[in-house]
Amino acid sequence: MNHDTYDDDYIRGILNGVKTIAMVGASPVNVRPSYFAFKYLAQRGYDMIPVNPGQVGKSLVGKPFVASLRDIDRPVDMVDIFRNADAALALVEEALSLTPLPKVIWMQLGVRNDKAAAMAEAAGLKVVMNRCPKIEYGRLSSEISWMGVNSRTLSAKRAPIPTQGMRLSLNRVSVGGGGTGAADRAAQDKKDSA
Amino acid sequence: MTDRLPGFATLAIHAGAQPDPTTGARATPIYQTTSFVFNDADHAASLFGLQAFGNIYTRIGNPTNAVLEERVAALEGGTAALAVASGHAAQVVALQMLLRPGDEFIAARQLYGGSINQFTHAFKSFGWNVVWADGDDISTFEQAVSPRTKAIFIESLANPGGSVTDIEAVSAVARKAGVPLIVDNTLATPYLIRPIDHGADIVLHSATKFLGGHGNSIAGIIVDAGTFDWSRDNKYPMLSEPRPEYHGIKLQETFGNFAFAIACRVLGLRDLGPALSPFNAFMILTGIETLPLRMQRHCDNARAVAEWLSAHPAVAAVNYAGLAGNRYNNLARKYAPKGAGAVFTFSLKGGYDAGVSLVSNLKLFSHLANIGDTRSLVIHPASTTHSQLDDAAKTKAGAGPDIVRVSIGLEDKDDIIADLDQALQG
Ligand SMILES: Cc1ncc(COP(=O)(O)O)c(C=O)c1O
Repeated sequence: MNHDTYDDDYIRGILNGVKTIAMVGASPVNVRPSYFAFKYLAQRGYDMIPVNPGQVGKSLVGKPFVASLRDIDRPVDMVDIFRNADAALALVEEALSLTPLPKVIWMQLGVRNDKAAAMAEAAGLKVVMNRCPKIEYGRLSSEISWMGVNSRTLSAKRAPIPTQGMRLSLNRVSVGGGGTGAADRAAQDKKDSA
Repeated sequence: MTDRLPGFATLAIHAGAQPDPTTGARATPIYQTTSFVFNDADHAASLFGLQAFGNIYTRIGNPTNAVLEERVAALEGGTAALAVASGHAAQVVALQMLLRPGDEFIAARQLYGGSINQFTHAFKSFGWNVVWADGDDISTFEQAVSPRTKAIFIESLANPGGSVTDIEAVSAVARKAGVPLIVDNTLATPYLIRPIDHGADIVLHSATKFLGGHGNSIAGIIVDAGTFDWSRDNKYPMLSEPRPEYHGIKLQETFGNFAFAIACRVLGLRDLGPALSPFNAFMILTGIETLPLRMQRHCDNARAVAEWLSAHPAVAAVNYAGLAGNRYNNLARKYAPKGAGAVFTFSLKGGYDAGVSLVSNLKLFSHLANIGDTRSLVIHPASTTHSQLDDAAKTKAGAGPDIVRVSIGLEDKDDIIADLDQALQG
């Protein structure tokens, strides 16, 4: 599968489908991107589990840290890797040892490990790399629009007023003409030269 | 659901806008408010820390302005945009993200006269040093590159000379130098040229002109193409380094391919302050809904007028890239096949005096310092917009003493031509 660009439907399917997300590398420091992605996804109704061996005994927005994926007491739908690319392979191996298997491996913005992705896909998991689920959720729901971000979606429907803990509809019309192909190509160039 | 791919006209009407969640209002409401209430202390803190999506204060963002931002980002094929108070404000904010005192940027000499002034004088006082290149000679950009170069700045269609810049060639120089290419796309609008498709990393607009299109509101826009890697070296600390303004957040790491637009908002607009009034954002948005229709008519009228002028015995030369035989015609065919815009210059055989009398004889054309209005406009740049330049620089910028600039409006083309006809006889 091509991991330079993703169809909106692919991302939408994942974000609409998963309920429980283990975030590996979640940080209790409130200026780290992992902290606020975690908090946002929890507010949007996902069952969030922070994974970080250095933080066991503490909690993140009320959710207790666990040391590893194996220490989670319930089935996990998605593993969100907030670690550097080198750590991804071992994490995918660990994820593949869980029963039941997670459905999705998501690597954060800036994180890409094609070998780890291939291993997860061979086991039937979906993979997303170099994306942030908070940004993608905000984009597909258009909640991110306040920042002038091109959501690449349209809707002529009146949306409900978002409240705390509410899941938003991600089913807006995706637009090709408003695509950001240049940004995708630049990401590809960056990977090639790395 | 299969994804139909809506085209430009659909985006011009719908991108960024949605019925208002509270009232169901279909037109974008004018959120004429300075501030927005927080749900609680934690919500306030998350918004201030850039951790949550939402509105704080109209100097940083406003829901009406956000619709305009997303719409222009979509039309340009960028990842995000920021609306500011004027085109000039867009230039200050964008460059402030990139340059520190002592740094340089390269700019084509073929620019709007106000931009030449801003770069030469105001920016100089900030320690940002402009190095001029010739938009018609790509080697001059290559020669101007130095270790202090932080950006390259060009106009897609240049005001007033009607020149067309070879964006792809300049983009190759920028790429090699490892700096972003900034393209002022005011005269073309994304309907005629989408600079990002040709290698621009940042697109700027004076939305005052054709985007708004009705000569009623000043506004500027910065579009982030999402193409530049700000963290490759430590040249762009506003984007790549921990920001003390936000407890050590690194903007590119956090916001990925729209980090530049966010930096312009949360570091530039927040601290420099040129916020766009939501009312003006509404006026520009309303203008954009008809952009494709207006722009095509502007171009068709301009071409007819340029052809008519070329055949007139009192006219020495017409500088319109849409004319066969114009030196920029090949570039215009490549970059702007739908039309070469509606702003161009011409010179009269009678020189300076004939130009001055033409301007005073015109009855339908308005004599004023703007372009991109529904109305046809005329000005003598050498004595107005470009008056601060010396004669050589005026000529280089396409504003020599014998030159008259027009911005062709949306009136009946026969009426525009009849007015020129009577004025040239007068
Ligand atoms: C090409 C171009 N860029 C920038 C500007 C400056 O825009 P504003 O007047 O909105 O500050 C103008 C205005 O004439 C222009 O024509």
